[in-house]
Amino acid sequence: MFSVKYQEVPLEDKERLFEEVKADPRYEDYLYGCYECGICVAACPSARFYDFSPRKIAQTLAREDVETFYEQLNDDVWNCSQCFSCTRCPRQNNPGGLITVMREVAVKNGLRTTKEALAGYTRIIYKIMTTGTQVSPDMLQEDAFPDWGPQVKAVSENLDLWRLALPPETLHTTGTSWEVEERTMQELYAIWKMTGSLDIISSLDEGLSDIMEEIMDEELEASGLSF
Amino acid sequence: METPDKQSKSGGMAVETDRSFQWDPIEAPDEDIREAVWELGRAGEWIVQPVPEPYALESTKFGRLKKIPLEKTWHHKSCGQCGHIPGYSTSIFWLNRLLGYDYFDPRDQTSCTAWNYYASATSNQAAQASVAMRNFAAAYETGYFPLIHCGTSYGHYKEVRHELVHDANLRREVREIMHKLGRPFVMPEEIVHYSEWMYAVRDQLASRVVRDMSDITVTVHPACHYYKLQRADALYNADIYNGQRTAVVTGVAQALGANVADYSTWYDCCGFGFRHILVQRDFTRSFATMRKIEVMKEEANPDVVLTHDTGCVTSLDKSQFIGKAHGRNVGVPVMSESQFAALAVGAHPYRVAQLHWHSTDTKQLLIKMGIDPEAAWAEFEEDLAKIKDGTIKSLSWEAVM
Ligand code: SF4
Ligand code: SF4
Repeated sequence: MFSVKYQEVPLEDKERLFEEVKADPRYEDYLYGCYECGICVAACPSARFYDFSPRKIAQTLAREDVETFYEQLNDDVWNCSQCFSCTRCPRQNNPGGLITVMREVAVKNGLRTTKEALAGYTRIIYKIMTTGTQVSPDMLQEDAFPDWGPQVKAVSENLDLWRLALPPETLHTTGTSWEVEERTMQELYAIWKMTGSLDIISSLDEGLSDIMEEIMDEELEASGLSF
Repeated sequence: METPDKQSKSGGMAVETDRSFQWDPIEAPDEDIREAVWELGRAGEWIVQPVPEPYALESTKFGRLKKIPLEKTWHHKSCGQCGHIPGYSTSIFWLNRLLGYDYFDPRDQTSCTAWNYYASATSNQAAQASVAMRNFAAAYETGYFPLIHCGTSYGHYKEVRHELVHDANLRREVREIMHKLGRPFVMPEEIVHYSEWMYAVRDQLASRVVRDMSDITVTVHPACHYYKLQRADALYNADIYNGQRTAVVTGVAQALGANVADYSTWYDCCGFGFRHILVQRDFTRSFATMRKIEVMKEEANPDVVLTHDTGCVTSLDKSQFIGKAHGRNVGVPVMSESQFAALAVGAHPYRVAQLHWHSTDTKQLLIKMGIDPEAAWAEFEEDLAKIKDGTIKSLSWEAVM
């Protein structure tokens, strides 16, 4: 059944976004059709907790059902855990991969639902893009992880000392997971810039993108990397 | 192998073919992408870094043999492991030292940044492939071969390899970026996970076991990104689960003399979810405790859960605190098989395995292995006191071997 949600959004917009997904080079590797067997759903952790189904994603795309596609782009894709259990598909589909492509399109187009879904996540994007590492030791604060128990407090209280009590010298760090050379970081910034990753973020959060751009520009200028 | 200098000059840059390998759904799960990697190397599109000798040959899902380097490994660390469960990586290094292997622990390494890619989609194919190829280039320039610590980095790098092999345009774009960075364009002959290395050295580890493991029951949670994402070259063994499940982790636990117990939700994910573990933890907690830990407890009652990816240790370990508060049937230590193996062959539980970074209580397990946790903690506290008063700067390898 066609989706009746998002009637206020013009059909052309939905079609344009669908074309963007289909134009991705990964698309043809990830979708071959659907037997409707439901094996992916049986394997999918998110299907157990949300009103979510990798089968419906594969079917919608295979049938080119633009209305339902748009609904899924807004209401479904952020529920996926990216575990790729759905690659068990006997048709060789990769619903998790299709969702990756859909998410990228949703972010690039700055959909309102995407901004909402990622609102709590922007701090982490900042960490990833400016340090390269996603979980640094100094992120382990009890206010951020109260549900992880008293051990998080023990870690944060003893952080500097415990890091020095690690035999590998590269791990004597707290702001990044291991010591990273300056040149390495600069090359990472150069990659983000050259591949347009920073532009992707500007459609999500312009302020965040500006701050990162400034940090990276300064570093790159010092590095002598020109491109 | 040619010198990095000579390579970075040519860097695979001169030859540009439009050679594309078509992805055929009939062949899909069984494609041997390594042949294509070599073919592109012969065509001058990139440098292929061969697996250094000595290497082990282990069977993959569809029976082909994979080369697993034993020495000269370049350790691609994992942001999660090193960031909050660092005993994971420390144990891998410690085992290398115990076996007398030459390895390299680089500073010229970024994270694979795949967490960014999967969790928030604020990265794209070209960025991800460039990050991977930059790290591979850095490894190549040292003359050491990449050994990937993280399950997600491993799966994602194979995904990148797949995309680069099948997409001449992407290859060209990334090659140009490497050129601008002054780095060679290099693809390793194999993409190897640390648990494959552990598996390849399991007999050597078995001959060094000093703890009584016969009474220890383990359950194994294999990481999704190890064997579901780009599955063809994950390791399998006809003698382990009849070749129907990946052999890594289980093979090591068995070689060490522990009992591996089965449970019905073996295939299920841990519930990590990338963005979920950070901003939607109710999902992660529910899945980790109700679908994994409680099922293991009910069906196998293990002394410890072993896995081989940061995300899985994190989800399964940290989720139990709240589960316990709600009276759920939880309470099992969780660690990587590298930590478990290190303990089995005599490593210190805190100086090496660094178990104090984990949330679940490991004391009962240690006692069962014949280790006195109180005495070991007192020794570690002495180290801490020495660092604190400046007697030593940090804990050194010499002190823990
Ligand atoms: S990748 Fe997403 S859709 Fe696929 S099984 Fe995992 S949670 Fe479900
Ligand atoms: S497993 Fe594949 S064929 Fe079966 S329902 Fe899912 S996507 Fe369709």
